[in-house]
Amino acid sequence: MGVWGLKIKNMAQKESNFTNMVLTLMVISLVSASALAFINKVTKEPIAKSVMAKKVEAIKQVVPEFNNDPIAEMQTIELADGKLEIYPAKKDGKLVGTAVKTFTDKGFSGHIELMIGLDTAKSIVNISVLQQKETPGLGTKMAEPLFKNQFNGKNPSSFKLKVKKDGGDVDAITAATISSRAFCDAIQKVYDNIQEGGKK
Amino acid sequence: MNQMKNFTKGFIRENPILVLILGTCPTLATTSSGINGLGMGLATTFVLIGSNVVISMISNLIPSKVRIPAYVVVIATFVTIVDLLMQAYTPALYDQLGIFIPLIVVNCIVLGRAEAFANKNSVLSSFFDGFGMGLGFAMALLILGTIREVLGNGSILGHKFIEGDGILVFILAPGAFIALGFLIAIVNRIKAKMN
Repeated sequence: MGVWGLKIKNMAQKESNFTNMVLTLMVISLVSASALAFINKVTKEPIAKSVMAKKVEAIKQVVPEFNNDPIAEMQTIELADGKLEIYPAKKDGKLVGTAVKTFTDKGFSGHIELMIGLDTAKSIVNISVLQQKETPGLGTKMAEPLFKNQFNGKNPSSFKLKVKKDGGDVDAITAATISSRAFCDAIQKVYDNIQEGGKK
Repeated sequence: MNQMKNFTKGFIRENPILVLILGTCPTLATTSSGINGLGMGLATTFVLIGSNVVISMISNLIPSKVRIPAYVVVIATFVTIVDLLMQAYTPALYDQLGIFIPLIVVNCIVLGRAEAFANKNSVLSSFFDGFGMGLGFAMALLILGTIREVLGNGSILGHKFIEGDGILVFILAPGAFIALGFLIAIVNRIKAKMN
């Protein structure tokens, strides 16, 4: 059996008295805590990197080409129920667009996070869905081009950010009006709170 | 020979989902597509092997009155390790499964194998038991996920083969119950034939 004989067979089952129980649980907790500390140390950097990469990727998708570091120049706006993150995208020092990470809690299943790209005229360039837990096959369609691309190139001055049912210009997703409304709400938050390239 | 039995019993004879009907919560929640099911299955396999081996090693050192808390600590440690590793090295899969991974801690299959098998068998047997049970779980999840994906979304492992939508209900929770019910019926039939 070699190494597999490791099981401490010859020993009788330890008695369940107070000292034994406390000591055993303490030792087990200690060992597992040190194992986790080690794994945490090893994975810390790759996790931070992949979170960062995801953010940069989302910004790249929604604004025109840039060559600065939007994450380093990030600004935040604190709202009553959360915060907006504003990432200015610059090419050779000139502002070409702004990516804004926005959110809403009005989704069918709660929290939704979007990355919205605006050009310098505050029209929407593109939108990417960062996080949502809407109903699969219904609300999740918000991430598909058919729905989200209808906002591209639009500006709320001429495009009412409400679903048609509520008298707006947005084609809602079939059977997912609440998700569509929430999507509009998240975009509206951006326009309510920012000015070109930064805070209001 | 004996180890072979420990290993293979998880596939059909004692398949955790289809025969023992353990751990249905993660089963129903994560099988909206084949890949998700497989990912969850493999993560659980890793935890099962780890916890089975460690628990069978130390089972005699644990006073029996506190064995459950002790097992839970061991299992939770392995789950957290999987969680961190997936976050670091398979971020795409983690996006899909992230919220379900911590739930492996309370998956009855893992604690069930510790209590019913690992604490009275040798390390090697427990290793094969965990490995086989884990793969049986992963296999059932992959089959269930694929069925639901084909019917509900019209795709196999992410490759779409029809335009538009499938039968939506199969992606939603009721479809999970329906598909699982039929799978269990089929397995019962196979088992009856085998005897």
